[in-house]
Amino acid sequence: MIEVRNLKKTFVNGEIETPVLKGIDLKVADGEFIAIMGRSGAGKSTLLYQMSLLDEPTAGEILVDERYAHSMSESEKVQFRLSEFGYVFQDYALLPELTALENVALPLLMKGLGKMLSYHQARAALEKVGVGHRPNNLPSQLSGGEQQRVSIARAIAHNPKILFADEPTANLDNESSHAVLEIFRELHRKGQTIIMVTHEEEFATEAGKIVRIDDGRIVSVEADR
Amino acid sequence: MFPLNIRIGFFLAVRALRRASLWTTGLIIFVMVLTFLNLVVISGILVGLLQGAVDAVRTEYTSDVIVSTLSDKSYIENSPNIIAIAASLPDVEGLTARYAEASRLEAGYQTRKASDKPNIANAYVIGIDPREEDAVTGIAADIIEGEFLAPGDYDKIVLGNYLLDQYIPIDTPGLATLDNVGVGSKIRVHVGDVTREVTVKGILKSKVDEIALRAFMVDSQFRSIIGRNDGNVDEIAIKVEEGVDPRDVRDALLLRGVGEEAKVQTFEDAQPQAFKDIIATFNMLGAMFSSIGLVVASITIFIVIFVNALTRRKFIGILKGIGINGRAIEISYVFQSIFYAVIGSAVGLALVYGFLVPYFVANPIDFPFSDGILVAPLEQTFFRVGLLVTSTIIAGYIPAWMIIRKNTLDSILGRN
Ligand SMILES: Nc1ncnc2c1ncn2[C@@H]1O[C@H](COP(=O)(O)OP(=O)(O)OP(=O)(O)O)[C@@H](O)[C@H]1O
Ligand SMILES: [Mg+2]
Repeated sequence: MIEVRNLKKTFVNGEIETPVLKGIDLKVADGEFIAIMGRSGAGKSTLLYQMSLLDEPTAGEILVDERYAHSMSESEKVQFRLSEFGYVFQDYALLPELTALENVALPLLMKGLGKMLSYHQARAALEKVGVGHRPNNLPSQLSGGEQQRVSIARAIAHNPKILFADEPTANLDNESSHAVLEIFRELHRKGQTIIMVTHEEEFATEAGKIVRIDDGRIVSVEADR
Repeated sequence: MFPLNIRIGFFLAVRALRRASLWTTGLIIFVMVLTFLNLVVISGILVGLLQGAVDAVRTEYTSDVIVSTLSDKSYIENSPNIIAIAASLPDVEGLTARYAEASRLEAGYQTRKASDKPNIANAYVIGIDPREEDAVTGIAADIIEGEFLAPGDYDKIVLGNYLLDQYIPIDTPGLATLDNVGVGSKIRVHVGDVTREVTVKGILKSKVDEIALRAFMVDSQFRSIIGRNDGNVDEIAIKVEEGVDPRDVRDALLLRGVGEEAKVQTFEDAQPQAFKDIIATFNMLGAMFSSIGLVVASITIFIVIFVNALTRRKFIGILKGIGINGRAIEISYVFQSIFYAVIGSAVGLALVYGFLVPYFVANPIDFPFSDGILVAPLEQTFFRVGLLVTSTIIAGYIPAWMIIRKNTLDSILGRN
């Protein structure tokens, strides 16, 4: 489903070269829930950006749906991200001038769905994550936990093949974090493929597989404990 | 239906505008209104100053078509015939025939000592039929003191204001004026060898030199002063019916051979070349000022959109990250720019046509040589609206494009 082969990423800043990923091999099957862990600066986010086609690796290959990422044009990648991927960012990343409902409906509209259908699906996604009662609030009128749930709704409303999440609970209190994790667990149970970066052991145990990274390499993979 | 990117762009633009600060939006629109006014009003007033003068010459002096003496003749030969031809044309509403003779006016002779400087002024004295003249040019309304001539007036004269010292706005060397003359004063008119003493009946005030520097008497008496009995006059001003093109009347007269004995011109033909040159110059000046205004408005919009897109760069990155087409985001900024330009122009249009144009018609700018109005032909104004909107679109598109084309991930993470 998504496969990474000998993936390397080196940042070049003038004279200084910073090798961040030093050869990563990873396979994620359909329906898997993977947690990527590691200390700060290990390269977790960098790996996630490469896999989710937001960045281009220095070397190595990424195969998504049997397609090589490097063979896709920029606009194909945009289209791919729109229809196949969903993103949850640490800081929610909702558009401030769009209501909760509009934030969720926007990618659906961009996919060419009609207005009625888009809003209907968006509303359903909001219900699913438990913020269906505040569809017309602006992000600034929602709590952090509610905003993160709206952002999850935006990521799943179009039934993406893969859901990417980079520390989705880092900014949330314990209760909201658990609520978010509960949503992920429920999505996973229904077959959603999830790749999540997290710092917290407690949440990582929700995942079926924990991939530990250190210094740009995978140091361990713990499956289905 | 519209392409998807346009629909999404519109969706984003409407929401961005709806949630924008009222102050900012108001300020930007205010700048657009000022630009619009700058674009339309500056050149409109410059041209309007001249247009006021052109209009005044047409109503008070030449009327729509003017028949005048050939340059090598001292009067229009065969005048009665020409007048008859002109009067018989169906498109002619009325005409006035004028005798004109260079004369010297003298005042203060009653008390003058031999050593005193003579109190004289040079003027064309015009012999008119007061009723016909007023019907065509309406100059009786320009009387500021005393009364206009009436048929049958004898030894009465009406003076243009530039002949009188007290009505000359500035001291003009070389222009001799009559001192101490008002309504009721007795003055002498010297035409050739003939001298007549007449009484000042009224004073005309006009910004048209041809009126302000002339003196008027009733034609029947003036004919005898200049000794002309054949009915040949010096100029004929013809007013055409409403909606008739003066050129048609000119051509009709020329067709009937009037051109053999007189110069036939429309009011436009008769305008001095200087007038046309000044109008062209003012138009150019107006265009220059307008271009500066246009550049200022474009820069304003550029900065507004640039700052807006820059502060929202992270969100632009996220939009692109989750798969929103960069084109759609660019279009959302173009829509915002169009909104500012269109609202600004709409307010400007309302101000110009709802307030300024009628205001200047009611209260013309008092200029020495004209009553300035605001000239804003609709066609030209809408061309300028188009210009403003176009330059705003470009000024909004460029910064949006500059920021949207940046790397998506860099934008999300706030990296350069
Ligand atoms: N553009 C860049 N130029 C140079 N170095 C970079 C750049 N982006 C990231 N790095 C470096 O790459 C390393 C890995 O960064 P990354 O964001 O992937 O870490 P992370 O594992 O997600 O850490 P955290 O848990 O703190 O989010 C860091 O040492 C960082 O300094
Ligand atoms: Mg990280």
